[in-house]
Amino acid sequence: MKSFKEKLTERVFLLIALSTLSVLALITVFIFIKGMPIIAKVGIINFVFGMKWAPSQGYYGIFPMIVGSVSVTIGAAIVGVPIAICCSIFLAEFAPAKLRNIFRPAIQLLAAIPSVVYGFWGVLFVVPAIRKYLGGPGLSILAGSIILGIMILPTIISITEVSLLALPRHYKDGALALGLTQWQTIRSLLLPAAKSGIVAAVILGLGRAIGETMAVIMVLGNAVALPHSVLDPVRTLTTNIGIEMGYASGEHQQALFATGIVLFVIIMILNATAQYITRKR
Amino acid sequence: MKMNANTSQKIAKFTIWAAALFVIAILFSIIAYILVKGIPMLSWEFLTDIPRDMGRSGGISSSIVGTLVVTAVAVIVATPFGIGTAVYLTEYTREGRITRIIRFSAESLAGIPSIVYGLFGFIFFVIYLNMGWSILSGGLTMAIMILPTIIRTSEEAIRTVPQLYREVGFSLGLTKLQTITRTVLPSALPGIVNGVILSIGRCVAETAAVILTAGSALRMPESLFSPTRTMAVHFYILAREGISMDNAYGTAALLIILILLLNVGFNMLVNRFIAKGR
Repeated sequence: MKSFKEKLTERVFLLIALSTLSVLALITVFIFIKGMPIIAKVGIINFVFGMKWAPSQGYYGIFPMIVGSVSVTIGAAIVGVPIAICCSIFLAEFAPAKLRNIFRPAIQLLAAIPSVVYGFWGVLFVVPAIRKYLGGPGLSILAGSIILGIMILPTIISITEVSLLALPRHYKDGALALGLTQWQTIRSLLLPAAKSGIVAAVILGLGRAIGETMAVIMVLGNAVALPHSVLDPVRTLTTNIGIEMGYASGEHQQALFATGIVLFVIIMILNATAQYITRKR
Repeated sequence: MKMNANTSQKIAKFTIWAAALFVIAILFSIIAYILVKGIPMLSWEFLTDIPRDMGRSGGISSSIVGTLVVTAVAVIVATPFGIGTAVYLTEYTREGRITRIIRFSAESLAGIPSIVYGLFGFIFFVIYLNMGWSILSGGLTMAIMILPTIIRTSEEAIRTVPQLYREVGFSLGLTKLQTITRTVLPSALPGIVNGVILSIGRCVAETAAVILTAGSALRMPESLFSPTRTMAVHFYILAREGISMDNAYGTAALLIILILLLNVGFNMLVNRFIAKGR
């Protein structure tokens, strides 16, 4: 039988463990309390689909920023996902052991580089290159997509690699024994078998891209307008908060928290989807 | 026409190698560029002098101190909670509804963008708890941000501890708590340290969340309630407002060196423990 003391310790550990839940609840409650009044005042439709953002005149429409966030995130996926999947296949199947032991920490390092450094690097190299070879201001959806495409690599690579390595060994042996080439085995057997893990990895990568602030603030140009091409500057939900939180007050500040609510809801949906997919497996 | 199996194997192999090398090249170019531009700036004066004239001249000592203290607060607060949660998940309960809720919360926290943490830290710590823009507000906000990392790495580390350790503990008459603190946690230590080091790296690199909670004051912090400007924030402001590119490079180089030390140091630590394990 458990002693009273043992039960008490168990309770204490349970309370500690529930800190994650309470913090998540606190974050949700405080952001919603601060942001909801302005959404209620403007109307959810006008807020989400409104085209005009002019806080000084009382216009709070964030649709151009939603378009900005979505387009940069899709761009990041187009840039990052193929490279990330190639890299995970490299790690799981192609790399010699020695190289793998260099490559894996290198990917880790990629995740550790401060996002402001990525942004800075983008301003110095990516933005001028786009301006020179493709035209436009350089500060653009394309620049943001390239930077974010690189930044989401570690997330996608590590999860995809894990799901590739988790496949039973005899899958591969069987296929190779049947005379399939390594690539045929990967394409027709390993990748389909690891599909749910890869999808979850991509979704989490998209979450990282849509939530990134400091890197994109420096390369997107931050104009509040609907973009017409990938060479146009945009403002995202995150950069809207990042740029204006420094001086906003009153309703304007509430509207930035409301922008945060929209971002928070999008992220929670992405997270829950990724978690659901991995659980089901 | 269907491609010959050998040709497609060759093309795939080439593409995959190219992608891997491309990523390494990018990583190398970012690090090398910052180091080449920034290391010449790293003089003793730069490291020990306070910033002068908005950061145009002088050093970055106040930012170094600010970064270290914010990080220390975050790690000191988050580590006990992280390890405690991991212990609960692995030692005190079976998989069920409660673990699902805890795991869902932790994974959700891991996915929340830093700017949202910044908003929360601002409204909760800075305004609601009246801590103002301060090291404490910044550190506590960062503590929440790194909590999921510490939970995950600690849990993984504790799970790799052989069941035998626990049985030996019990058979010696230790209570469950004693078994955990005296046999399980010590052997899980390298993994736990890994999580803490990863988290330190995240704190050092963070900008969006700390700028909204710790502020951007340049003066030397005097207490936990002083506002501060961490190195990442200082770099961001110098570079974005074009105040001083030289000092921006210097700050970035120091950041990168810290990150490199944390990562390389960690890998050496892991290798040592793996070697010891064999």
